Amino acid sequence: MADTLPVEMIVNGRRRAIEVPVNVTLLDLLRDELGLTGTKECCDVGECGACTVLVDGRAVDSCLMLAVEADGAEITTVEGLAADGQLSPLQQAFLDKGASQCGFCTPGQLMAAHALLQENPDPSLPQIQEGLSGNLCRCGCYFQIADAVLAVAQSGQEGGRK
Amino acid sequence: MQTFAYLRPSTLAEAVALLEAHAPDARLLAGGTDLIIGLRDGSERPRVVIDVKRVPELCCGIRDDGGTVTIGATTIMADLATSALVRRHFPALAEAAAAVGSAQIRNRATLAGNICNASPAADTAPPLLVYGAVVLAAGQHGARRIPISEFFVNPGVNALARDELVVAIELPVPAVRVGAAHVRRTRRRGHDLASVTLCAGVDETGVTRLAYGSVGPRPVLKIDESGVLADPAASGAARAAVFDKLFAEASPSPRSMRAGPAYRLAMLRVLGSRAVQTAIERLGEERTNG
Repeated sequence: MADTLPVEMIVNGRRRAIEVPVNVTLLDLLRDELGLTGTKECCDVGECGACTVLVDGRAVDSCLMLAVEADGAEITTVEGLAADGQLSPLQQAFLDKGASQCGFCTPGQLMAAHALLQENPDPSLPQIQEGLSGNLCRCGCYFQIADAVLAVAQSGQEGGRK
Repeated sequence: MQTFAYLRPSTLAEAVALLEAHAPDARLLAGGTDLIIGLRDGSERPRVVIDVKRVPELCCGIRDDGGTVTIGATTIMADLATSALVRRHFPALAEAAAAVGSAQIRNRATLAGNICNASPAADTAPPLLVYGAVVLAAGQHGARRIPISEFFVNPGVNALARDELVVAIELPVPAVRVGAAHVRRTRRRGHDLASVTLCAGVDETGVTRLAYGSVGPRPVLKIDESGVLADPAASGAARAAVFDKLFAEASPSPRSMRAGPAYRLAMLRVLGSRAVQTAIERLGEERTNG
């Protein structure tokens, strides 16, 4: 039985106080303990970006972080993007541009794109490609994904919030 | 994931004491972008993991101490890449930090972690060598400074004693104007480890410092004081002779999966020429701006 530690974090705006085994990743905590299965587990080595979440506003691979390291942090997962049953402009743009095929990489792509737009509300195409280079899509939707991010950036509906 | 004890010291003294107490069975956790993978796949089996991210003395600032820029051990790559101070005085280091992994990796990976892992392919190693960085280490017997050129020993092995940890990396602000560039070769664009990673720094006195990695057991620094590489008018043959000498130590492993030795040696030449060329151009811009 692993050691556990009490951890406090704000997940999608909600305060959580949990006793966490020290050898559990943030990814496993989110999925298995908090039921936030939007965040996907895939490569488990920080290559694919499917597990991307925001920790204190920064995009990170949640598979490469112990849950105890997130003690005191503010976490945003893909479940935190939509508000009041309304998709965020970025999510809507993914739909409109057909940027999601099988959908498995989509939560990670959305979180990486969301972080990129927070930091740079008006990215160029190369900046989008670089910003999303840590997110793999096996369906090959890269063109549509970049197009969606570009469209929402140009609409001025995302980014610069918060 | 395997079990281990997780300790989170809140002072440097506490971190050092914990390391001393558990040294052979302990691993330090900073960004964790390599360690967590090792903990999961079993290639790392520490009994104790010491998370140093909440040690204020190691923390994550980049400050100008007048002639020396000090980078706290747990400074992340993203902050290094965007720091105005680093971009002004050590642009090739900012360039290398921006080349590490993906945005997600750069938001976790630390400078100290990158050098302590002592990967021959560490992207920050060549610019740190070119800029003459010094590693500030602390242990049970006090603090000491290790020149970065003595820090990398072998793949995965650095010059720290078992009970020592990195507190900061110090970079002397160059006394003369320097133009520098970091370049790398990867199998694909985007997120990949380097098959060759290289940095060139050309200063206004005609000295060229060239550091390269991923072509031997450790990144190395070579210095050309002849002025040939820094001279844009030097003949191709003269430059080739200097490169022959500077790259003599390159010995890429035939066992690496990323690229074969012949390819790496050929690319070393190409990258060396390109980086020196860019460094000379940047030195010119420095002169214009300065």
